[in-house]
Amino acid sequence: MQTDTPRPMFDTDELVINMGPQHPSTHGVLRLILKLDGERVLDCDPVIGYLHRGIEKLSENRDYTQIVLLTDRMDYVAAATNNLGYVETVEKLYAIEVPRRARYIRTVLSELQRVASHLLWLGTHAADLGALTVLLFGLRERELILDLFEEYCGARLTYNSMRIGGQPVDVPPGWDKRVLAFCDIQEQKLPEYEQLLTHNRIFMERTKNIGVISGADAAALGICGPPLRASGVLRDVRKDEPYAAYDEMEFDIPLGTQGDTYDRYLVRLEEFRQSLRIIRQAVQGLPEGPIMGKVPRLIKPPAGETYHAIEAPKGELGYFIVSDGKSVSPYRFRVRPPSFCNLQALPRLVKGHLVADVIALIGTIDIVLGEVDR
Amino acid sequence: MVETVIVPLIMIVTVLAAVLVTVMYIVLLERKVQAWVQVRLGPMRVGPHGLLQPLADVLKLFLKEDITPARADKGVFTAAPIIVLVPALIAFAVIPFASGLSLFGIEIPGRIADVNVGLLYIISVAGIGIYGIILGGWSSNSKYPLLASLRSSAQLISYEIAVTMTLVTVIMLSGTLSMVGIVNAQLEKGWWFGFMQPVAFAIYFIGGLAETNRAPFDLPEAEQELVAGFHTEYSGMRFAFFFLAEYANMIVVSAVATTLFLGGWLAPFPNVQALSFLGLVPGWAWFMLKTFGFLYVFLWVRATFPRYRYDQLMRLGWKWLIPLAILNVVVTGLVKVLV
Repeated sequence: MQTDTPRPMFDTDELVINMGPQHPSTHGVLRLILKLDGERVLDCDPVIGYLHRGIEKLSENRDYTQIVLLTDRMDYVAAATNNLGYVETVEKLYAIEVPRRARYIRTVLSELQRVASHLLWLGTHAADLGALTVLLFGLRERELILDLFEEYCGARLTYNSMRIGGQPVDVPPGWDKRVLAFCDIQEQKLPEYEQLLTHNRIFMERTKNIGVISGADAAALGICGPPLRASGVLRDVRKDEPYAAYDEMEFDIPLGTQGDTYDRYLVRLEEFRQSLRIIRQAVQGLPEGPIMGKVPRLIKPPAGETYHAIEAPKGELGYFIVSDGKSVSPYRFRVRPPSFCNLQALPRLVKGHLVADVIALIGTIDIVLGEVDR
Repeated sequence: MVETVIVPLIMIVTVLAAVLVTVMYIVLLERKVQAWVQVRLGPMRVGPHGLLQPLADVLKLFLKEDITPARADKGVFTAAPIIVLVPALIAFAVIPFASGLSLFGIEIPGRIADVNVGLLYIISVAGIGIYGIILGGWSSNSKYPLLASLRSSAQLISYEIAVTMTLVTVIMLSGTLSMVGIVNAQLEKGWWFGFMQPVAFAIYFIGGLAETNRAPFDLPEAEQELVAGFHTEYSGMRFAFFFLAEYANMIVVSAVATTLFLGGWLAPFPNVQALSFLGLVPGWAWFMLKTFGFLYVFLWVRATFPRYRYDQLMRLGWKWLIPLAILNVVVTGLVKVLV
């Protein structure tokens, strides 16, 4: 306590402002309590839970097939990867063999989802920095992906597109050609975004050296996905612990060097290209065969527990399921959401930066509050 | 009587009406231009191609509830929008729209008043508007508007200097502060000052963007950061006043740029015989064309660039624009003395 020091004549005080949950650019219902000195951020305290729906607890009262539906609603801009993580965890727990064709379809869907999620990230991130046009460009291409998903499974947002043991439906005729056509379109549109942002002086000044975090610090904080790779840490579940059909795909993992907002942008931009590369390989090499493995009518895994992680667009998405062997619902269901883990880094990233950078940094860690709160 | 009272009165009413209608349609144009850049259509529902959209907007603003926050400073809160809007409108008093014409034997001038210190008048009037922004943000008694109004005061002070310095070079070239005089000087020299002073023109344009709080310098109302900036707590017609003022200021900046750097109402290349047919187009049409061209660039910039950060904006202003503008004044002076 510093009660003895005389107070200066012109007293200055910290300004505490409440950013969110209804703020236009906190990407949902994130609330940040910011302590400001002028415009400089001294402290930042994220408050979460405004979108809590108790998905984990709900799952413990649903049977295994019904939970796929709930996972759609976590990261609602990347529902397919949520489905994938869940069904693979149950398959691992139950030791179900998935046909190769189904694994290929899953790979295509999850990479399409990655492109869609990154497009939305790119648009909102740029819009937060004031470049509104990129948002609309991003949504334009995302629309094409949603059309492809609609054609495959009938839904545009919450797909429910995977089943334990395989895929619910085979790809519609001609779908593979349309996916390849989309890849060509997306490839052509990438330079458009780059033209507006990559070498834009204002964009570079707004993102370079903002929110720098070293690889060791990032790993210690549990950051995952593109933000971790932008700090130069080689960690990608697709390569390290391959799932679906990734062990048969050829792709590179882009790495950053500085660990700043600009690097995180470049890493994600390169991931677009790598994703398109994977989609092309998977679609062209789509094997013939069944799409559904041998699955008992009543899914009742033996007693035991398992953890399985996949590389969702936002980072490492893991599911932990405990089965007591007696019930048709999990005994314990727990999700390791990438958004939640990356959000932890926000107070660390924003300290010492300006209010305007807070917005840039919320954008760069790419969170979806549906997944943070579940 | 007719030439001293009635003609100026008619002029005032005409100009005011024209400015307000233009403001309404600039808003529509902005939405349209931005939509075209962003592969959208923009407003299409109200009237053909959304042409009646401005009317709907105004009607909506009139019908909105007028809220004064309970803990706001009511007097200042009410005065602020007026302080912002009035200077933006009265600045048009000295802008020459045309060379003037004679109708039924009555001489009708192409401007409301030709004050011999016209440029000085515009600079000083434009400087008043900022008080409204500061007072509005402060009297709202809310944190986001306060931050925004502090930003804008810093921004306007730094860019005002650079812009005024560029105007000094124009005065040096023309030798007069009268707006009509400046256009006539360009006629005599046979060169638009935009060509003679490209550096000043560029600085004026950048400073103009900053002074009207337009992208990429729209920090005081950066909606992604400060919700709606200094007018967060305003609603209904009071909000509309701020809105009108912003667009009226854009028109003022464009009109001044047209007058000072693009030859006002003059047709392009008045001294080239082969292009004399351009003189058939009336002066006010040229003036409108140039002003709208300038305004279009404002909108274009907004749809293209991200926003500067507060400290970067200050750095750009103090470390680049102001020294450059002063250097430009010195060089212009030296050239004038030596040549």
